[in-house]
Amino acid sequence: MKGKVWKYGDNVNTDVIYAGKYTYAILRPEEMAEHALEDLDPEFAKKVRPGDVMVAGRNFGCGSSREQAAACLKAAGVQAVVAKSFARIYYRNAINLGLPVLQSPEAVEALRAGDEVEVDFAAGKIRSGSREFIFPAFPPSVLGILEAGGLIEYTRKKLKNWGQTKLSC
Amino acid sequence: MGLTFSEKVLGGKAGRAVRAGEVVTVSPDFVLSHDNSAAILQEFNKLGLSRVRRPDKIVIVLDHIVPASEEKYAQNHKSIREFVAEQGIPHFFDVHRGVCHQVFMEEGFALPGRLVVGSDSHTTSYGALAAFAAGIGRTETASIWATDEIWLRVPETIKIEFRGKFPAAVSAKDAALKLIGDGGADMADYRAVEFDGPAAREFSVASRFVLCNMAAEMGAKNGYFPPDEVTREWLAGRTKEAYQPVVSDSDARYEKTLAYDLSVLAPQVACPHTVDNVKPVTEVEGTKFHQGLIGTCTNGRLEDLEAAAGILKGRKVHKAVRVLILPASLEVYAEASRRGLLTVFAEAGCLILNPGCGPCLGAHQGIMAAGEVTLSTANRNFKGRMGSRDSQIYLASPATVAASALYGVITDPRKVLR
Repeated sequence: MKGKVWKYGDNVNTDVIYAGKYTYAILRPEEMAEHALEDLDPEFAKKVRPGDVMVAGRNFGCGSSREQAAACLKAAGVQAVVAKSFARIYYRNAINLGLPVLQSPEAVEALRAGDEVEVDFAAGKIRSGSREFIFPAFPPSVLGILEAGGLIEYTRKKLKNWGQTKLSC
Repeated sequence: MGLTFSEKVLGGKAGRAVRAGEVVTVSPDFVLSHDNSAAILQEFNKLGLSRVRRPDKIVIVLDHIVPASEEKYAQNHKSIREFVAEQGIPHFFDVHRGVCHQVFMEEGFALPGRLVVGSDSHTTSYGALAAFAAGIGRTETASIWATDEIWLRVPETIKIEFRGKFPAAVSAKDAALKLIGDGGADMADYRAVEFDGPAAREFSVASRFVLCNMAAEMGAKNGYFPPDEVTREWLAGRTKEAYQPVVSDSDARYEKTLAYDLSVLAPQVACPHTVDNVKPVTEVEGTKFHQGLIGTCTNGRLEDLEAAAGILKGRKVHKAVRVLILPASLEVYAEASRRGLLTVFAEAGCLILNPGCGPCLGAHQGIMAAGEVTLSTANRNFKGRMGSRDSQIYLASPATVAASALYGVITDPRKVLR
């Protein structure tokens, strides 16, 4: 799927991705999407289209453990977040919810807001016009969760497998 | 080559020798959650189980929006109470008890060598008592409720050695801000931070808590002070459980070691809108603010309130500012009351809030309008965190906020010492 680049800087934190005042209200995904990036770029939620890619600098998602900071981008249709590095809880949350988080400092340096990009997950490549950027493969622990479609599905399968063993004793 | 604290704890749980960089699947000793238990419960329900696997390992503290300020929050609290009763979860603490991290430690759940995860980024705080403690997300908390397991990457370790004594009016918060200002908000991303050196051993548990709490703002997976007599004394009377202290080997591998001399440290201030935008207080003196916040899980313990009260006693808060006092827990609140600190604050013109997270995360109790500025002892100053996206937050120590409250502008606390 092709999409447009939304480009931001270093240390994009969870408060500007999804404000604390909405964190303890339980909202539907489409409602979360309406508040995505509200305090950083109020235009984002209005103009983002399915398949768009967020590109940012170092330490993306630093701050709170709030999972909606990943959920709201996924609900907004963001195909992947490409950054120089990710804050660790954000990285976990994104994987657990099935939002691909790709580390590629080269892509971040090269891509500009509005560029058209395509992510080839099988090949581990981000393409924009004639340019290509590679991103490292996910570790096996992470891949299993992504392949299952998120942690809930992954855990459901695990519990099913345990059905014959651990849970029955 | 020896092992670090983190390698030992995670290796012990995994049942094999592990090194930094490896991924282990482990069973935590405790899993913490707070008001977000209502959202976790929704994820748990998707798994189709009727019972949590280990109710005895679940700790839930209601602290984020307490008491409920709106019906939707009241409903969250109600559904959590019902779930706790249904599942027979023994470790539940209702809205009056205080911030989850402080309550967790006071109740004796954080013990040396224990493995704790929590669906709050400041779960790192329990390293103050030499536990391995890391923040996780909601979905994985639901998964632990179901399976009693989580995958964790064994972190590399950065060692920070403190020497020297704090000058007057300088405290652990200033040290934390200085570190983050020097190293940046991702200085310890994915890593463990071990605080050591002769001065670290002199730190009270409250001061250790400040550093381990702020380790989250360094991007760290966990913070840690090696256990010692200070740890043992604090825990005596709070737990009857036996624990096995875990310390890094003398030849353990550290990614790097940083050294700080506390005796030359000045009061520090983190300026809007990132925690690593740190300047010495002398560079921001005179900056006007509208609201002061003294407390939170970062600086809401007795030694923090005493530092603030020492400055505010017999004086009045400047008429252009309002000052909120937010004790970290009911225990702190009661002791502050016994020692007369609450009277000092009331007579100085401060507003004393109930223990809890209060305005720190911007949900209630002191939200800022556009153009307003808060000077706070909390741990985050991100844009819009405490209200309008056009408001600002400066972070500092309790002494700096108290001194500044007297003048209505950011003030060097060394000037008002008695």
